[in-house]
Amino acid sequence: MRREPAGDVGRAKEMDETLAEFFRRTILKIPMTEMMTVLKTWNFLSENQLQTVNFRQRKESIVQDLVLLCEENRASLNDAALLDIIYTQFHRHQKIWDVFQMSKGPGDDIDLFDMEQFKSSFKKILQRALKNVTVSFRDAEENSVWIRIAWGTQYKKPNQYKPAYVVYYSQTPYAFTSSSQLKSNLPLLGQALTVASKHHQIVKMDLRSRYLDSLKAIVFKQYNQSFETHNSTTSLQERSLGLDINMDSRIIHENKVEKERVQKVTQEIFGDYPQPRLEFAQYKLETKFKSDLNGGILAEREEPLRCLVKFSSPHLLEALKSLAPADGEVISSFLEGPSVITRSSKVGKGIEESRRTCEY
Amino acid sequence: MSALRPLDKLPGLNTATILLVGTEDALLQQLADSMLKEDCTSELKVHLARSLPLPCSVNRPRIDLIVFVVNLHSKHSLQNVEESLCHLDAAFFLGKVTFLATGAGRDSHCSIHRNTVVRLAHTYRSPLLFCDLEIEDFRATMAQRLVRLLQICAGHVPGVSALNLLSLLRGSENPSLEDL
Repeated sequence: MRREPAGDVGRAKEMDETLAEFFRRTILKIPMTEMMTVLKTWNFLSENQLQTVNFRQRKESIVQDLVLLCEENRASLNDAALLDIIYTQFHRHQKIWDVFQMSKGPGDDIDLFDMEQFKSSFKKILQRALKNVTVSFRDAEENSVWIRIAWGTQYKKPNQYKPAYVVYYSQTPYAFTSSSQLKSNLPLLGQALTVASKHHQIVKMDLRSRYLDSLKAIVFKQYNQSFETHNSTTSLQERSLGLDINMDSRIIHENKVEKERVQKVTQEIFGDYPQPRLEFAQYKLETKFKSDLNGGILAEREEPLRCLVKFSSPHLLEALKSLAPADGEVISSFLEGPSVITRSSKVGKGIEESRRTCEY
Repeated sequence: MSALRPLDKLPGLNTATILLVGTEDALLQQLADSMLKEDCTSELKVHLARSLPLPCSVNRPRIDLIVFVVNLHSKHSLQNVEESLCHLDAAFFLGKVTFLATGAGRDSHCSIHRNTVVRLAHTYRSPLLFCDLEIEDFRATMAQRLVRLLQICAGHVPGVSALNLLSLLRGSENPSLEDL
C-alpha cells in the first residue's frame, strides 16, 4: 500500500512495485538500534533527506517514509542489493558459512589480480549460463569482496529473497559461501569463481560455521600467535592453575605438579588467545582396530577400515581445550587443518578418549 | 604411593584437615572457600585432590575427614570416586569418610541415578549428603555442616567422636535401605 504524494503529481517516477516491496522488506529487517548506522554505511540517502524522517514514529511508518525517499532518489535494484549486502555484513552470524579452496594447475603462472576484471568476468559467466541473475559486489577490508547473487532461471526472474553470498579474499585461494537454499546452483557458482579468479580447481573444505572470523582464523592460520619471549616462564607461574595470586594459603592442591604440566601442554598447543569458534569438524580416518578379545571381527580384517569422524559442539576448540589430559597430538592435528589421517591407531585412541570424557 | 591411613601421623595442635576429592575443580575450590569463611575455633586446612592415590608428600598433615564429591551429571566423576576408594585404608571408613552428591536439583541433566550413590554410600557404610554446590546459599550451608563434621572427626569436640557421629547419622537413614 503506497501513500499518494499530496500535491506534486509529477514529482518522482514511480518505482516498480516488486522493487518497492523488496526495499520495504529489507529495511524492515534492520533493527531500530542499527538503523542509522546501516543507512549511513549505505550512503544512498543524503543527510538532509534522513533528517526529514521522523524516527520517533512506529517502525512501519518510518520504513514507509524511507521507501518514499528511495523512490525520490530513483533507487535501482543494484542499490537495494547493496543494502542487502550491508545488512548481511552486520548480521553475518545469521548465516552458516562453508569454505572453498581453489588451486591453480601445475604449470600456471602467477597472474596479478585485477579486482575489476574479476568482477566483470564473474558476472559474465553467471549471466551467460542463467539469463536471469542479479550479481552485486561490495569491497571490504583485507582485499576481500562480498558478492551477492540472486538466482533465477531462463524463464523466471531472480528470487531476491533467497540470495547466496560469497566472500572472496583475493590474495588467497579461499572463498566463504553462505549455504543457500538453492543448492543446485552451487556447481555453477564454483565454476564462475574458479574461472574468474584464474584458478584451475575448486574443492569444498570440511569446515562449516556461523562465525566467519573464526573460519578465517583457522584457514589463514591466524590462531595461536603466542611468541616465545625471554620471560615467558615467569608468566606461566603467575597464571599457574588459573588461580588468584592472593589465594588462601590454607587451601592446598594435591595435584599441583600434574596440573601445571597439563596447563603447560595446553598452552603450548592452543596459545593464550581465545580460540576461533568452530562448530563442526569432520575427518576421514583410515584405521585398523585392535581388539582385546581374540578374533574380534573388526580386528581380523586385512584392509584398513575407512571411517568418517564428525565432531560438533557450540564451541568445538574450547571444548577440546578443556579436555586437557587427552593426547596432545590429537588436538594439534585439529588445528593443522582437516586432512585424511592415516596415522591411525594413535588418533583412534585419542578420539576414543575424547569421546569418553567429552560429555556434550 | 601407599594407601592413605588415618592414624599414621601425629595431629597438629588445634589443626583440622579435610580432603576434598572430586573431578569438578571449580566446585571444590568454591566449597573450600566457603568453608574457610566460617568462624571456627580450630585452624582449618583444606586439601583438594582430583583422585586417589595422592602424590607422595612428607609434609602433608594428618587427614581428619575425606569428602568424596560426585557430580550426578557426570558418570566420569562417579567412576573417578569408585576408583579412588580402593586406595583408602579400611580404618578410614569408621566415620572419617563422607560422600557428597551435587547436581540433584537439575533432574534433566542427571545421568546417574540417585540410588546409585545411595547404594555406594551404603556399601561403604558412610553418610551421604546431597547439596547443589553451584548455588551459593546451599553451598554455604553445606560448608557449615562440613566444618562441624570436621571438628568432630578431628576430635575437637569433647564427648563426640567420629564413630559416635557415624551411628548418630545412621539412625536417621531410611530403614528400607536394608532391603537393597
